Amino acid sequence: MAAILTVENLSMEYASGNRQLSVLQSINISIEEGETVAITGPSGSGKTTLMGLCAALDNPTSGAITLFGNLVNPLSEDERAIMRNKNIGFIFQNFQLLPSLTAIENVMLPLELQGVKGAEKEAAALLDRVGLKDRMTHYPSQLSGGEQQRVALARAFINKPKLLFADEPTGNLDGDTGATVESLMFDLNRDFGTTLIIVTHNPELAAKTGRVIQLKSGLVVSDTINVSSTQSN
Amino acid sequence: MSHFLFLLRTAYKDSRKNRSKLALFMSSIVLGVTALVAINSFNYNLRKEIDREAATLLGADLAASSNRPGEVEVMQILDSLPAEKARQMELMSMAYIPKTDETQFIRLKAIEGNFPFYGKIKTYPIEAAATFRSGQNALVDESLMIAQGLVTGDSIKVGKSMFEIVGKLSGSIGSTGAVSTVAPAIYINMASLDSTGLVQPGSLIEYAYFYRVAEDFDVDKWKSTRKKLFRSDNLRVETVQDRKQNLNQAFSFLNYFLNLVAIVALLLGCIGVASSVLIYVKSKTNSIALLRCLGMKPWDAFLVYFIQITLLGLIGVIAGAIIGALIQSILPLLLKDFLPVSVNMPLSPRAIIEGFVVGLSVTTLFSLLPLVTIRNISPLRTLRAAVDETAGKRDYLRYAILAAIFLVLTGFLWILTSSLVTALAFVAGIVVAYFLLSGFAYLTIKLLRKSIPTNAGFVLKQGLSNLFRPDNQTQTIMVTIGMGAAVLTTLIILQSILLNNVSLMDKGKQPNMILYGIESNQIDSLKDLTIAYKLPVIQQVPVVTMKIDGWKGKTKAQWLEDTTMNSKKWAVNREARVSYRDTISDDEKLISGTLSNYKGGTDSIFVSLGTTFAEALDVSLGDEIVFNVQGTRLVTYVGSMREIEFRNLSTRFFIIFPNGVLEKAPQFQVLVTKTPDNTTMSKYRSAVVKSFPNVSVIDLTTILQSVNDILNKVAFIIQFMALFSLLTGMIVLISSLMLSKYQRLKESILLRTIGATKSQIIRINATEYAFLGTLSAGTGVGIALITSFLITKFQLDLDYNISWLPVLGIMVGLILITVVVGMLNSRDVVNNPPLEVLRKENE
Repeated sequence: MAAILTVENLSMEYASGNRQLSVLQSINISIEEGETVAITGPSGSGKTTLMGLCAALDNPTSGAITLFGNLVNPLSEDERAIMRNKNIGFIFQNFQLLPSLTAIENVMLPLELQGVKGAEKEAAALLDRVGLKDRMTHYPSQLSGGEQQRVALARAFINKPKLLFADEPTGNLDGDTGATVESLMFDLNRDFGTTLIIVTHNPELAAKTGRVIQLKSGLVVSDTINVSSTQSN
Repeated sequence: MSHFLFLLRTAYKDSRKNRSKLALFMSSIVLGVTALVAINSFNYNLRKEIDREAATLLGADLAASSNRPGEVEVMQILDSLPAEKARQMELMSMAYIPKTDETQFIRLKAIEGNFPFYGKIKTYPIEAAATFRSGQNALVDESLMIAQGLVTGDSIKVGKSMFEIVGKLSGSIGSTGAVSTVAPAIYINMASLDSTGLVQPGSLIEYAYFYRVAEDFDVDKWKSTRKKLFRSDNLRVETVQDRKQNLNQAFSFLNYFLNLVAIVALLLGCIGVASSVLIYVKSKTNSIALLRCLGMKPWDAFLVYFIQITLLGLIGVIAGAIIGALIQSILPLLLKDFLPVSVNMPLSPRAIIEGFVVGLSVTTLFSLLPLVTIRNISPLRTLRAAVDETAGKRDYLRYAILAAIFLVLTGFLWILTSSLVTALAFVAGIVVAYFLLSGFAYLTIKLLRKSIPTNAGFVLKQGLSNLFRPDNQTQTIMVTIGMGAAVLTTLIILQSILLNNVSLMDKGKQPNMILYGIESNQIDSLKDLTIAYKLPVIQQVPVVTMKIDGWKGKTKAQWLEDTTMNSKKWAVNREARVSYRDTISDDEKLISGTLSNYKGGTDSIFVSLGTTFAEALDVSLGDEIVFNVQGTRLVTYVGSMREIEFRNLSTRFFIIFPNGVLEKAPQFQVLVTKTPDNTTMSKYRSAVVKSFPNVSVIDLTTILQSVNDILNKVAFIIQFMALFSLLTGMIVLISSLMLSKYQRLKESILLRTIGATKSQIIRINATEYAFLGTLSAGTGVGIALITSFLITKFQLDLDYNISWLPVLGIMVGLILITVVVGMLNSRDVVNNPPLEVLRKENE
């Protein structure tokens, strides 16, 4: 299969007072279409930084990122925005719904940004799929944490993304709710044939992916194929 | 198009749950535009009214006036005008009211002919406007009638003559209410003027001649061909057109003041706009980051919020224009005592359009400053709370917006003041004040950081540290509160300086009463009367009136033909009131030369000149001046120069002759005294008016009272206008404190969570806000002290005597307001459980 994401010699440094802080050092990764990947590691290992760079949300200090066959580095902010809108979905630990939009409006948003007509129908179908048929016109503040994350799931899949980034998707949820969201995420991922990259501390969640990349102090310390998961997924 | 509609829809949806957050933004715009429209409407209507009423104000097509009777030659020219003629003589005098046994300083107007030709003398009963024109009848100013309890039919004695009051005068031609407060007018006919005995050689009389021409006669053209001739005499010739110009000039100060207030209100409004939009953008950062993360382009994200702000701004500007148009109708009521015309207040389309255009432009520009930062909000914020988007970047668009703000403000001020220099000076003043305030804030933060004692209590340390912690609003708050404080305090200080300078004239041994128009044969009896009242004769000086016939070897006529003449007209044409003595008085200083005695015979006469007069006539020591003393030519030389102090009430003369020259010339005397109290003053004044009816008495207490009255009215207007600035300032203050609220909220919640008591949180916040208030108000007042000092010294030329109480009042008031608004902002944290507050803020 073709690589959907390639990272070559990726480094990231921040200025911290008078000295430079190295967060990522010469990372090389290649992720193929349809893979499910977990990026794990202790706090401060560079997981979130790596995800931000891979999702074209930030610029690296050095190194190259290729997404969907295109080199990201030279793209303008507008070109990156279009790329994210058309090909990438996001799920965040703190849900990140727009508080002033209803559930359905939040879900429609990526399609509306593309100028797609009739987004409402698709959004309603997805909300139905995640079990929120009766909550469509509710504002985020009127929904529970689990319901908010399900809205976020529906939004992440509405543009039929090639690549889905999930940042600790169950980190803010209790065990049962987390399990429901997890299973919905994997189900949708399978149905839409999306490549999934999850950033997580949770070894159980990581174990459900086909590949686990472990980071420590900005370096890839292991990159293993999870055979049992690959078989089950 | 569909993309724009999407942005419009997103803007609408996004604003749904946040409109209350934009209330401050709206209030700032509404107040700023209200002030602008109200004040400019009034200004334009006043100008229009002056134009419309100019003929009525002048009362004639052409009026000529002078402080001496017109020269025969000039009068012949004026009388050749094919016109109906009228004449008026006006002088200040004392009137005695038998009914109350009191006296009053008045303005006597004796009229001959059908003046005014345009407009009417407003009287009650109406027919009194005709009956006073014959016999011993008088019209008396309404204010005097009310003050003395006079009614039609009562008597009033002016000079030596008793008049019957035939009517109440409710408005004289071309003067304002403020003038009649100082000296109420009494109208009599010209034929009865002689009987008062007030017309004496040397009496201060204003002569006026009025002409009404046929409608098709071009009086301005007629005047312009004879301009030179009128100029050679000390005669002011005025047509309706001239009056319009003069009035507009006279009211330019009022215009400037009102413009200043409007602009300050608008500017404060703009600061309010910028800071409330900044609050809004800050509260929206996460949503913007998410939109960006989901694929919205930077400029589209900017447009979503720009549309929201512009549409709300538009509503605010329209509301401001409507409220301003309504409020304008109050202004003429406030200012009626200072206006020569009653101002109708129709809607002024120009003011409304100007308010709309300027309001919308500055609102847009000032809100753009925080709005353009939206472009730079990183989508990475969805993953991390702390992202520094500005690190190492310069946003040139912000510089371009600042430049546009500068241009728009300068342009608007230029239109308003018709002077590019004034406009630039004003904008420069604001920039300097801004840098002073923010510079001081910067220094304070630096100093605080180093100087908080390590052993200070937790509350004090925490409160003061908030002033320099990351994301502090110290600089913004200091600039906004400081600006408001500076403007208000400057206005109040200047008002108190004016009042204090007038009051000082009466302090200590300074004279407070002048008696003038005393005939030489009355002086001894008057001195006896003064001594009988145990009052000192501080000065008794003779006064001789004369004209200047020539100087430095040329006649006046020759000089007037000479294009190289540097002399000022007022010095050349004035009827000089001259005294004679061989000594220097207390309020004079000899600058050069000596006071030379006159030895009689062919000895040269050396006169002493006041420096101001010498400069105006363009003469120096030794130069020749020829005077015409009521027909007799006197050749004199400049023997000395004096600097004259004009601060207190006493006689002072630009020209002093030596003793022995003018003793035999027709003259009158002036006596200066000091009364210890109002009762003695009133009794003495009555006695003088009864025994010497031709003598005029000017007492400083009455003048002081009138000036106080006028200044109090002015103060009220200033305060009303300043209210606009104050209200807008309050909005700005609230906006700025709201900004700091967002920074402090989480910290306070955390402190509450780990066990800080309600009282500790209150004290921490109170410390921070009290310090902020003190610093801001202090700096603002400091700027006001410097500004008012410069204006007082270099513009008003007065002593810098400040009443500290109102200044202190402003300071304490502002500190209290800052603390109260700050505390109100944090009441949620103090009164509710921490998580409830957090939930509410996140909704």
